[in-house]
Amino acid sequence: MQNTTGPDHVFQRALANNEILLPKCDDCGAFHFFPRVMCPHCHSSAISWTPASGKGRVHTTTVVRRKPERGGDYNICMVELEEGVRMMSRVEGIAPGDVAIDMDVTAFVGEADGAPVVLFKPVEE
Amino acid sequence: MTNDLRGKTAIVGTGHAGFGEAHGLTAYDVMAQSALAALGDAGLKLSDVDGLFCTMMEDSMPALMAAEYLGIQPRFIDGTMLGGSSFVNYLTSASMALEAGLCDVALIVYGSNQRTASGKLVTASRPPAYEAPYNPRYPISAYAMAAARHMHEYGTTREQLADVAVSARAWAQHNPEAFERGPLTREDVLGARMVGDPLTVRDCCLVTDGGGAIVMVRSDRAKDFPKAPVYVLGSAAESSHRQISQMKDFTVTAARESGQRAFEAAGVSRSDIQAVELYDAFTINTILFLEDLGFCAKGEGGAFVEGGRIAPGGVLPVNTNGGGLSCVHPGMYGIFTVIEAARQIRGDAPGMQLKDVDLALAHGNGGVLSSQVTAILGSQNTL
Repeated sequence: MQNTTGPDHVFQRALANNEILLPKCDDCGAFHFFPRVMCPHCHSSAISWTPASGKGRVHTTTVVRRKPERGGDYNICMVELEEGVRMMSRVEGIAPGDVAIDMDVTAFVGEADGAPVVLFKPVEE
Repeated sequence: MTNDLRGKTAIVGTGHAGFGEAHGLTAYDVMAQSALAALGDAGLKLSDVDGLFCTMMEDSMPALMAAEYLGIQPRFIDGTMLGGSSFVNYLTSASMALEAGLCDVALIVYGSNQRTASGKLVTASRPPAYEAPYNPRYPISAYAMAAARHMHEYGTTREQLADVAVSARAWAQHNPEAFERGPLTREDVLGARMVGDPLTVRDCCLVTDGGGAIVMVRSDRAKDFPKAPVYVLGSAAESSHRQISQMKDFTVTAARESGQRAFEAAGVSRSDIQAVELYDAFTINTILFLEDLGFCAKGEGGAFVEGGRIAPGGVLPVNTNGGGLSCVHPGMYGIFTVIEAARQIRGDAPGMQLKDVDLALAHGNGGVLSSQVTAILGSQNTL
């Protein structure tokens, strides 16, 4: 990937380095996700990148039902990060049907189809 | 407040084609058959059409493809693509274009052969880049997550969701045009194959072929056609996101805003509406839209639909043709909400005809609860 400052490139390059960066507005201070060249809250173009805390909570969740011979069921959920943004993801390490709304989860960089992606695991009690 | 468009335009023809399975026909064939049916209903010819309002699932320039297929050269085209709500939205743009003299005969049209062509949703949309890696199943994963959140916040139950499907089927059983007319119980819905928790396959709309069309003119000539005119009293839209991950509140849609403005434009209230036609892609939709359009309070939609309250003989007639759940769902259902509302007002509904309908509401949904468009239609008595 080229060494550009395009927001998608910055995010993906960080993931490839096992780091989750979130775009934050220098003017209104709000985070946003997905990455953009401008703040969708106040429309400022002054955007900086901040490492994510990794703390999140499941906002809502579903199980995609799939035949076992095609890989079986898997989880799809929306995680609300401590920074106030939501992202689609998957909680790993527990059965897909055991992922519950309001469950506390921790982000990590995993892999999907050979590319790095943000995944989550339950917070250990 | 009402706006300058109230009652200025009217629907003078509706038509459809290819309901269920349209073997051997392309999506554009079904589109054209629908157009001919609606023009026949209005006593008009394709050569009379000078305004075209159309989008399709399979191309990026579908309105041009449709005009070319139909052999017309429209002087006004709107091909705005908002998903299934597009065709309710065209009521606004067609009214504006007619009223401004930009066209004299507006044709709103859609067709699809998705069932016989592929058996699943056909779309030219690309998966959103920040969602695609997780492999959600579109659109069901999005609606399933909305349903799960509604259940979590308001105690809505799977039984209440199931009752939406059961009510839709009860209406469909009176409608010879409906694709699914067999008996359906709450237990059938709950026991059906789970596809995206908490939704079973019976919580999901049909996958059918089919097309629909609507002909509109200015009201000053609306009485010159064979069928009683159905007036557009108010129509309004609001969009809140495109990707489900950008939906701010999974239990509240922009139907709150579209509905409020449509009611204000029409100058009528909820209790005046005699037939409610909602885009029920999934059972949760009906609950969300009844709440957001103000027929019940937020969180009370589950109780509102429970036990046949929106079925024939219930407290509010909802999706009187059987809806997308049981009548027809060819990729985008929005146009059929308008057609059923218009036919209830005209008195020639294909299934159960309600008595003396003067006011009906059609509500379109597009994307993943993304685009909401509400229209209120009325008879001559409502002008």
